[in-house]
Amino acid sequence: MTGDDLRAAVAAGVLRSEEGHRELLRSIVEVARAIFHARAASIFLLDEDRDELVFEAIAGEGSDSLVGTRFPSSTGIAGWVLVTRQPLVLDDVGEDPRFAKDAAEATGYVPKGLMAVPLLHEERALGVLEVLDRPARPGAALEEVELLGLFAGQAAIALDLLQAARRARTALDGSGADLETVARLAAAIDGLEDERRAVGLELLASLDKLLGDESRADGPPGSPAPRT
Amino acid sequence: MSVPERSEPLPAWSLPAGAEKNIELAVEWPAEVSREWAFGGSTGSGVRVCILDSGVEPNHPLVGPLVDAVAVVRSPEGEITIEPDEEGDLCGHGTACAGIVRSLAPECELYSVRVLGAGYTGSGPILVAGLRYAIENGFDVVNMSLSTTKRDLAESLHELADLAYFQKTMLIASAHNLPVESFPWRFASVLSVGSHDRAESLDFFYNPEPPVEFFARGVDIDVAWMQGSSLRCTGNSFATPHMTGICALVLGSHPELTPFQLKSVLYLTATNMIGSR
Repeated sequence: MTGDDLRAAVAAGVLRSEEGHRELLRSIVEVARAIFHARAASIFLLDEDRDELVFEAIAGEGSDSLVGTRFPSSTGIAGWVLVTRQPLVLDDVGEDPRFAKDAAEATGYVPKGLMAVPLLHEERALGVLEVLDRPARPGAALEEVELLGLFAGQAAIALDLLQAARRARTALDGSGADLETVARLAAAIDGLEDERRAVGLELLASLDKLLGDESRADGPPGSPAPRT
Repeated sequence: MSVPERSEPLPAWSLPAGAEKNIELAVEWPAEVSREWAFGGSTGSGVRVCILDSGVEPNHPLVGPLVDAVAVVRSPEGEITIEPDEEGDLCGHGTACAGIVRSLAPECELYSVRVLGAGYTGSGPILVAGLRYAIENGFDVVNMSLSTTKRDLAESLHELADLAYFQKTMLIASAHNLPVESFPWRFASVLSVGSHDRAESLDFFYNPEPPVEFFARGVDIDVAWMQGSSLRCTGNSFATPHMTGICALVLGSHPELTPFQLKSVLYLTATNMIGSR
């Protein structure tokens, strides 16, 4: 295997992973929409670098063409669900002219009522899940918020994985010489004769064990080794 | 009921013989604490309530006048300052909370400290600075219909929550049911609130299985909204100001109560406690 081959294989894996997680997000909003009999459901991802929320997945009203649309992180219902970390249910949002204008400009669709929940993973707020225009179920509000919270847990895990895949792709794109070196080394060992190849693999295994031991002893990679 | 005059400073770490008179209690509690004793006839008059949120729309018909409003502002260089709030509410959340408090305690003194709305980035330090400002200003009750998941803020928030508790500022914070840790509602020195779905605003329940300590009205509530309007909402964000309003009523009747005593009164007058008597 050449360095280019390895690079291509890793890139393909990262890309497949990213696509898979996007499909998972789409599946989550589709199921959320179906469970709540809603007209639409959507997931927003927080882009911390730009302090913006981004449409990441949409089911129902609106369309996939909205995926990628951005707006400031503290505006709109999604924004304040994100900053307060509190789930929220609103009825008749159309009564708020500012909301209607914002929603229409963003999506071309003005919902009447919505439920929104922050997507939290460990200590990070990753985004917001919204369910729009579900039929009224008197007496079921608390139960619905509980159920939406369960979807939020699932969506947060998917968003976390998606972000990890994107970071991997960014690292791959910008890796340059470091990854090339690793790729060349792997390719060189792969191309050796049987005996020398076995020695090479043994060397790699020893290196892996050494780095693995240090990593286990140190905690996060890159931190200095503890004194004994 | 007046506070007894103290001729000597209170003992700090111990109670020597003969010093009992220094810690005579200001409030004589009846054998059975009733709601009538706790807050009957109270309007929340004289109680200073702070809404730590997205700001409050001034002179909203459901909110009325604010005594003061400030915003916690972060400069591009990261410096955090407290400025007069010239913008009011940036999203409606704080106005909704203020309107609920006003509906229960019509004569309380409402203050706004804006910590939300300036963007997600940097919102954690702004929240801490706003809470510190509220405690330093000695508000009787602080409504926090918000939380943070940032672990590195937990220690600061915990210290502030304990400081508030010992300085007679009752922090009232929204709980949530999501599978992550968030703060400050989980701290024992805070009064944490979840939702029940009854329609009576003065119904509240003590939860014998914390961390959520009380449940208050949080479903299908008509709240004050932007530009003088109102809107029907559900969420713990709106259960929290119900407990804030009820605390303002109790403190209106018994301003001497410490947060510990206030929680005790709430426990003794909770809907599930009254119903069991």
